[in-house]
Amino acid sequence: QKLSVDVLDHLEHLALVDFRDSEGVERLQKAIQFAEQLQEVNTDGVEPMDSVLEDRWCLYLREDDVTEGNCTKELLENAREKVEEYFVAPPGNIPLPKLEERETFLQSS
Amino acid sequence: IAPWIPVVGLEIHAQISSNSKLFSGSQVQFAAPPNSLVSFFDASLPGTLPVLNRRCVEAAVMTGLALNCSINKKSLFDRKHYFYADLPAGYQITQQRVPIAVNGSLSYSLCIDNKMSQMVTKTVRIKQIQLEQDSGKSLHDDTRCQTLVDLNRAGVGLMEVVMEPDMCCGEEAAAAVRELQLILQALGSSQAVMAEGQLRVDANVSVHHPGEPYGVRTEVKNINSIRFLAKAVDYEIQRQIEELENGGTILNETRAFDSKLGCTVPMRDKEGKQDYRFMPEPNLPPLILYDTKSLPANMNHQQVINIDWIHERLPDLPSVKREKLVEQYGILPEHSFTLLNEDGLAEFFESVVKQTQMKPKKVIGWILNDLLSYLKQHSLTVKESPVSSFLLADLLNLLEKKEISSTAAKQVLVELWKGEGKTPLEIVKEQKLELLHDQKELEQICQAVIDGQENEVIMMVLG
Repeated sequence: QKLSVDVLDHLEHLALVDFRDSEGVERLQKAIQFAEQLQEVNTDGVEPMDSVLEDRWCLYLREDDVTEGNCTKELLENAREKVEEYFVAPPGNIPLPKLEERETFLQSS
Repeated sequence: IAPWIPVVGLEIHAQISSNSKLFSGSQVQFAAPPNSLVSFFDASLPGTLPVLNRRCVEAAVMTGLALNCSINKKSLFDRKHYFYADLPAGYQITQQRVPIAVNGSLSYSLCIDNKMSQMVTKTVRIKQIQLEQDSGKSLHDDTRCQTLVDLNRAGVGLMEVVMEPDMCCGEEAAAAVRELQLILQALGSSQAVMAEGQLRVDANVSVHHPGEPYGVRTEVKNINSIRFLAKAVDYEIQRQIEELENGGTILNETRAFDSKLGCTVPMRDKEGKQDYRFMPEPNLPPLILYDTKSLPANMNHQQVINIDWIHERLPDLPSVKREKLVEQYGILPEHSFTLLNEDGLAEFFESVVKQTQMKPKKVIGWILNDLLSYLKQHSLTVKESPVSSFLLADLLNLLEKKEISSTAAKQVLVELWKGEGKTPLEIVKEQKLELLHDQKELEQICQAVIDGQENEVIMMVLG
């Protein structure tokens, strides 16, 4: 099954990825085909497995102590822009323009 | 015109009262210097991993038990993906597939027709309670066209309580949330102060005709107090009814409540239906809880959470406290509601009762009518009351011993409010409010009054 332009456009919006060209889409197609092999296994009546340890306890519980934080300076070193000690971001989400309004090879396919 | 049935459901986010965050060791605190309570994990730096805070799990179990839920002995964590500047990872860790608690109920009371004397009990079903991360805070700077981001709140533990659409109006929604707030505060699992963002409520509202399927629902956000919750819900119900009666349709959209205008408006940033692409959180195995039966023999205590152990240690819930007050002191149920509704008032009442011979049934009148109305008039909390329980008990004792009349007592109370440090007895002496018990003295006074008003007396005798 070929992926429709709508689905590809939807994915580009959701994940903010750019498939860039037909090679990128082909790579996605192959990845899906690879994963779909899982459908060949009959899992009727089998509970999905979340962990190989199954129902045995294995999630570590931490004590409620304050052990981290107070590294404002270090964290802000990663910021391209800062104001006092705040990170700066655009005023809202800048959505990907609609398919018709952006330059993408998806339009021609 | 056929009647409309409004349907209201609620999604409530309660910040867990804990020292550190849900998945990291940074501190949980309101109002700290920006980005000072942020760990590398909270800032979503590569190579960091979530580590679950035991206290947060206990808080969720306590809350689930208090709300009569079934606690899922195995619950799972998932990622909910969306982009926003205050969500550095690009996803929130939540419990979408199997939450920690399901299928509970909450009972709350309402006054019929605004009369305190007629209370009715209602129940709302609790669909589920899930553990999830809070996001950071965005401060919108419109003048410079930018958003300032503070991640202090990012990663703080939340309990999302989902209430089924069993409510029908703003009053019911407000009463249900108020009761939940009191329960959370009694448990200590959340301080639930709405003004500090520790309790956030989103309302889902729709209307339909009897016998017909539920209508399209809208989500109402940005509700900052219980009072505004009632207003927002009632406004939205009216808006939908008017829209439909005028032949319009309701959009499945998210709206924000504008408290200044008292109305709901569509929210700009929410375009179309969100696809969160839920996936299991690969860095967290299932959360397993135990009870006394299933407790494993040789395991480190610190790594085990026993639901029964927590159940045994639950404090008295508000409904139980009210029953006890009614039983112990012979006050009316509606009195017990008012006592618990005001922080510290029940303790104040009990303290006065201990220090006075006056019967609790009489004391309650002084607490609810005089003390409380004064506090409300001056926007004071019980803790800030210039009249202590000691002073009030002292005054009530004078009244009980018939040394003063109840009118005089009220006068003394007015004087006590000034907080000048005088005792009730001192005020009585100052203002000469002592009751006269001497028969002769009373007769003399009455005679003097009659003698001074001869004409009026004649008029009265003639009828």
